[in-house]
Formats: sequence, structure tokens, C-alpha cells
Amino acid sequence: MPDDDLSDNRSTSSVGNGGSNGLKGAHAAIAASSNRRSLLDSPHPYPGRLIAVEGIDGSGKSTQLQLLARWLRARGYPVYFTEWNSSRLVRNAMRRGKRKNLLTPTTFSLLHAVDFADRFTYQILPPLKGGMIVLADRYVYTAFARDVARGVHPGWVRSVYNFAPRPDLTLYFRVPIDVSLERLLAGRAKLKYHEAGMDVGLSTEPIESFRLFQSRVLEIYDQLAVEYGFRTIDAVDEIPAQQQLFRKMMQEVLDGYGRTPRTQENHEQSLGK
Amino acid sequence: MNNHSGNNGKRWYGHGLPYLEEKPLPGHLIVIEGTDGVGRSTQIELLRPWLELEGFAVSNTGWTRSPLLSATINEAKAGHQLTVTTFSLLYAADFADRLEHEILPALQAGFIVIADRYMYTAFARNTVMGADPAWSRELFQMALIPDRVFYLDIDVETLVPRVVQGKGMDYWESGMHLALGSDIFESFQRYQRRIIEEYKRLANEFGFITIDARGSIDEIQADLRRHILSYLGTARHPKGSATIDDLSE
Repeated sequence: MPDDDLSDNRSTSSVGNGGSNGLKGAHAAIAASSNRRSLLDSPHPYPGRLIAVEGIDGSGKSTQLQLLARWLRARGYPVYFTEWNSSRLVRNAMRRGKRKNLLTPTTFSLLHAVDFADRFTYQILPPLKGGMIVLADRYVYTAFARDVARGVHPGWVRSVYNFAPRPDLTLYFRVPIDVSLERLLAGRAKLKYHEAGMDVGLSTEPIESFRLFQSRVLEIYDQLAVEYGFRTIDAVDEIPAQQQLFRKMMQEVLDGYGRTPRTQENHEQSLGK
Repeated sequence: MNNHSGNNGKRWYGHGLPYLEEKPLPGHLIVIEGTDGVGRSTQIELLRPWLELEGFAVSNTGWTRSPLLSATINEAKAGHQLTVTTFSLLYAADFADRLEHEILPALQAGFIVIADRYMYTAFARNTVMGADPAWSRELFQMALIPDRVFYLDIDVETLVPRVVQGKGMDYWESGMHLALGSDIFESFQRYQRRIIEEYKRLANEFGFITIDARGSIDEIQADLRRHILSYLGTARHPKGSATIDDLSE
């Protein structure tokens, strides 16, 4: 992770040894005066619950979230599931950008932000306001980790997502690179281009590139875990053991949850996709 | 007037693009701002051949015209599913794509880049749509500050007949998404009035050069050329590009 000062370094920086410019003064003043507070700093006011899982590819977080959803639903809780990079709004642009290798770290980051903002409007906020339990497979922290590993400014990407509320529980599934690689390659023949961070140009060899890129991501996740108070789960553990921990933490989050569990028929309608 | 390092004093609006290798930007970035139908593209069409005749290489770039996103933005507008947040982010993505793939390479190559709208369009529109102005500005921290911003200033009364005789009143340019009223004419007037008000604020804040756009096409063009000549005259020129002496012939 770059050792940028996250707190405030938004001053206008010069290009090369550039001299003065008639417009500079006003621009600099505006840039420096911007508001740095984020909704991630305090609990959200909604009656629902927001649970996010984070971790590098192959950490097993999606599996664990699915198991949690099954448990919650069996107990009659209204569950809504939403997944990173799944909105239709930017699907074509993302596909085109990836296929033709048009994406830069900045446009990659902004397209994911559009995806998130779209899902936030239509999939996250309404169920949260409606008192449901929203399960997010990856949240804004994925952008904070991956996009910064690709080279965007850590302060900038936090500003981009400053409309995102703080989850009630963020679980970080921590796994060593080798284990994640082993899991990914067991399921398919090769790594995906962006998953391996091939666009970053760390290595022309996919496995080596994955190692280098995901190590950066992992390192940033470790820092985010402290910054945002993630609960860390050792994702090398046996699946049932991890799930038991997850459910225990979920139980704490459900303390004071104001809704009586619904009947099976009712909540079936609110399962989302 | 010699600056062989060739940056023309360019600065990033914020942190710029930290992952890019810094390269000299000997070109010039000139922005034409102004509301819908004020005549920006007509003026740019006239500026280009004039500058080329004077020996400058010119590159154009236009709002929401990025290869990556223009189709997405058009589809999304047609589907009416955009919120102010997704709208703002799509604008920023379109801008970033053009900045990295069109604007910066052209400036590196010593071109004059004429941008039909720039981040200020997003600032004006996002604010009118209700976005937090500070957030809009944060989104564009990767931008390069233009060398000159020319703002084509017009009042709604003069604008209306131009738009009606031109391509007509469009859903978005009339701010129909803001539900200011069911009458497109009234909605257009109210929306454009707010946009123009916002532009005037920005002009003041960011030091735009305001051009009176109520005049004829030729009058506006003459004004623009006079300002551009004066800018190019005072700008530091990299080796090999034209100087003011060439221009004033």
C-alpha cells in the first residue's frame, strides 16, 4: 500500500516542474476545502441490518455468506442478497472495457462505483429501510483494497463512496495467497485476467501476477481491517468452524433487531433474486 | 517565452493520476463551457480550421463521447433508471476515460485540445440535480486544470428560440427528470435558469473567461479568437510550435 497520508493530502499538485497558471488559485482552494467525512464513520440509522463479507478471491467468503443466508432464512428472517459488480447498468461497459483492455485504474474504479451506487439505490437501501437483513458479497472495502492496489489515490476512492453506510458487521476472510490460488485453480483451468491483476503489469505470467497483485490487496485489507474494525476470520479453517463463528457474530448483530421473524410464505417474497 | 520543459504550467485539480508516469504536456487545453444549445459545438467547428490554418494541431473531445461509456450513458438515459449519484459517477467515468485516452496523449503530443464541456458541466448539473457539490468536486480530483475556460454566457430568453429552431427541447436538457412541471417549455426555462445561475457561480469561482453568447455566431467567434490569440501569445511555447509572430501575420 502506498504510504500516502489518508487524512488530508488533497492539495493541488503540480505536473512536472510546472509554473503558475491563472486558474490555479481558485481550483486549489476548492480542492482543499472539500468535505472528508464519510457515512462509514458511524452506524446507519435504518431498521434493517447490513452484513458485508470481504477478502481476496478464493477466500471462501461467498460460500460462507450463502451458508449464513440459509441459516437466517430457515429461522424466518427476511434476507436480501446483493453481489459486487452485478448491476445491469454498467455490465456492457465493464465487459467491453475488459475485453478490449480499455480500462485504466480510474475508470475501473468508477465503473465499479456506478455498479455499487446503482445497487445501493435499488437493492441495498430499500431493504435496509424496510427492516430486512441485507447480505453483501463484497462492499466498498473491495474498492478501497483493489483500486488502491491498482494505483488510485486512497483518499479519492473513499470520497467516491462517501454515500455508503457502514455495515453492522463486516467479516474479513483472511487467507494466504497460496491457499487462495489453490482453491481458485482447483475449480477451473486458469485465472481471470483482472483477478490476476494482469492489467497492472506486475508480471506477464498469470500465476506470478496473481501472487504479486493479491499480496498487495491482502496487505491493504489488513490495514482496512484495523481502520474500519472488521471482524477477521481465519479462512484456512474448516468450513463448518468458520460458519459457526459467523453465526455467533450474526447473533450479536441480531440483538435488538426489531422485527419478529416472519412466516415462511411471507419472507419467500422478499428473498430478492 | 522559452520553456523547453514544455509543461505550460499545467496542474492537476487534485491528486491527478498517481499511477501515471509524469510526462511533459507541451500542448494547450482549452475548454468551452456553456449550457445546452448555446452554440458550443458550432464555435468549436469554426475554431478548429482556423487554428489548423495557423499551424496548430487540434484535437477535440466532447462530453459523454468516450468509447467506453457513451453507449451506456445513452442506454441509461433512455431507461430512466439513473439517480443523481449514478449520473455523476458515469460522467466522471466518461471524463476519466477521455482524459487518459484522448486529452493527456494529445497534450503530450503538443496539440491544442479543445474540450466541448469539462468537469464544470458536471459541477453545474450535479448541483442542480441535488448532489453535494463537495462530493462532485472530489470525483474529479484526477482532472487536469485547463489553460483557459471560455464560458458562453446566455440568458434563457435568448436561449429558447435557439433551441427551438435547433434540435428542439430534449427531455434531459429540459430537466424533466427533476419533475419541475409537466410542461416541457416551462421545465426547460426553469431548469436552464438554474443551470445558468450555477455556471455564473462557477465562472466566478474558477476564473472562467465569460464570452457574451447573445451575439451572432461571427461575433462570438471573433471574441473567442481574440482571447485564444492573447492566451497563445502569453503561453510559453515549446520548441518547434508556432509563436505569436506566426499567428499575427
